[in-house]
Amino acid sequence: MKSFTQLKGIAAPMDRANVDTDMIIPKNFLKSIKRTGFGKNLFDEIRYLDEGIPDQDCSGRPLNQEFPLNFPRYQGAKVLLARENFGCGSSREHAPWALDDYGFRAIIAPSYADIFYNNSFKNGLLPIILSAETVDQLFNEMYATEGYELAIDLEAQTVTTPSGESFQFDIDEFRKHCLLNGLDDIALTLREADAIRAYEERRKQEAPWLFGAVVPE
Amino acid sequence: MVGKTLYDKLWDAHLVKQRDDGSALIYIDRHIIHEVTTPQAFEGLRMAGRKPWRVDSILATPDHNVPTTVKERASGVEGIEDPVSKIQVKTLDDNCDEFGILEFKINDKRQGIVHVIGPETGACLPGMTIVCGDSHTATNGALGALAHGIGTSEVEHVMATQCLVAKKMKNMLIKVEGQLGAGVTSKDVVLAIIAEIGTAGGTGYAVEFGGQVFRDMSMEGRMTVCNMAIEAGARAGMVAVDQTTIDYVQGRTYAPKGEDWDRAVASWKALVSDEDAVFDKVVEIDGSRIQPQVSWGTSPEMVLPVGATVPNPANESDPVKKAGIERALEYMGLKADQKITDIPVDRVFIGSCTNSRIEDIRAAAEVAKGRKVADSVIQAMVVPGSGQVKAEAEAEGLDKILEAAGFEWREPGCSMCLAMNADKLGNGEHCASTSNRNFEGRQGYGGRTHLVSPAMAAAAAVKGHFVDVREL
Repeated sequence: MKSFTQLKGIAAPMDRANVDTDMIIPKNFLKSIKRTGFGKNLFDEIRYLDEGIPDQDCSGRPLNQEFPLNFPRYQGAKVLLARENFGCGSSREHAPWALDDYGFRAIIAPSYADIFYNNSFKNGLLPIILSAETVDQLFNEMYATEGYELAIDLEAQTVTTPSGESFQFDIDEFRKHCLLNGLDDIALTLREADAIRAYEERRKQEAPWLFGAVVPE
Repeated sequence: MVGKTLYDKLWDAHLVKQRDDGSALIYIDRHIIHEVTTPQAFEGLRMAGRKPWRVDSILATPDHNVPTTVKERASGVEGIEDPVSKIQVKTLDDNCDEFGILEFKINDKRQGIVHVIGPETGACLPGMTIVCGDSHTATNGALGALAHGIGTSEVEHVMATQCLVAKKMKNMLIKVEGQLGAGVTSKDVVLAIIAEIGTAGGTGYAVEFGGQVFRDMSMEGRMTVCNMAIEAGARAGMVAVDQTTIDYVQGRTYAPKGEDWDRAVASWKALVSDEDAVFDKVVEIDGSRIQPQVSWGTSPEMVLPVGATVPNPANESDPVKKAGIERALEYMGLKADQKITDIPVDRVFIGSCTNSRIEDIRAAAEVAKGRKVADSVIQAMVVPGSGQVKAEAEAEGLDKILEAAGFEWREPGCSMCLAMNADKLGNGEHCASTSNRNFEGRQGYGGRTHLVSPAMAAAAAVKGHFVDVREL
């Protein structure tokens, strides 16, 4: 997994509550069997004025000039500022894949949907939770200042604004550790293989019907 | 000692290891997979030289991309017209063949929507932990199981280790007491719950649905409710085991038999929250007051009783919410204060993992019987959730009733719920849909979804606009 330690980058807005995963990456792009290449279709239905088709070259498509990510000032953004319940809806990991492929490395919002939150960590994308008031302040400062950059330090768990104001955020110890070190959680879990096998042996005695039923004829 | 909730019991029974940092390893009994969220997971296994820990825990079926017309289905995978969809379905077949995983392939009579085939084959059982790379996996919680959606990295993790790294969620009880009125269904109950607690109301919680309304509900109805737990933000929804659960499971293909059955039933009977269990949050709703529901906006919480009028943003003081209402009205092409029953319907979709089981088809057929789909409706389709549901409905003659009324009777799949196949809305079209999400573009680019029960969808098909099914 990709690691995350520190980041400084331009912040861009997604100024709506309840942004769902269908909005982040519409279903027609989920047919890919790869993990990469979703960035050009991030927010496809509101980013472009026409209907997107999988695998097409998006460079000639008409852009929605009112959509902030199309503004010159937000080009190259690495931090997405968002509102409540970001990433609600489906479990598609294509949503963090698309955000990552576009170039975002962190999101800041007051809250996230559980599955999206979880999926983001698996891809080195850091979803930061700050209070609604703080997020509101960051939105206002960003709108007022072209080239507004935020500095994020995962080790210190801080977000720092251009004026030097710093905000602390909470994160699970386990997730922080994995992200800082770019650890592969499968390898970590397999270190516990003996405990998993011991559990299985016990369960086979207690509930044998849970084992062995579903196999090809 | 304080009592345990149903969720506490399921969690404890599957805890392999509690780690010092607060995370835990949870053992997974059943893993259901489909074509959309697994190719990258199989690729990950191959790249790392890993194999599935327990292939007998995995059951596969293609559902999201499969065509639902008889014609396009006739020649199986090769007949899928969309080349990108075809590759995805083929990739699932190849991966299952390579790793020795049981798959109900596209034209297998047991194929269907993942969340329909799990319970109906008995592959999903009470007391299990069940995961699938799909957020509606909570459907299986109706069995008294801990079931939830996972992402593709977790699909790979569960395949490789049989475990999930998790953190225990909080406990919520949603208690609906009383009796539902005539014409009010499980779908209306869950939509009313989402209206009450909001689309993020259950975030961070495992939700148990309790109270008389759920005790009286069929298993199919309980599945409809648990299915939409995620639309209230909760990864997992569940209902305690009772005789209804046990009667449903008995005799299914992969359900335990003989002595195992007796032992299983004895253990399943304990799958209820203790009298003195403590929930972090309790929500109480009076079931007798729930009306047939229709969603008007672009989030499942934007839902109202059919007799209501569309909200007016002028009455909302919170600026973020107000902007949300304004944007939803614009996208949906609705006016503030417009009557819900004045919204015309262009297409009707009866199906999806929420409402494609036999009782849903029966409810639609009951309304359709002796009536005709209105001329103004471009298309009304009924898509059974599985080959088994389809066969059962046909044995009851429901397909003939629906077709006589002007509905199309399709092959099983996810279909227009998320429109990954050819079944989709045109730009600006309104759809009475029994699915679970009314997000922008969900059922097709520019499409406008209104979530309803199967009876309400059939009634809207007949009238050409939304109508209270009780007044039909």
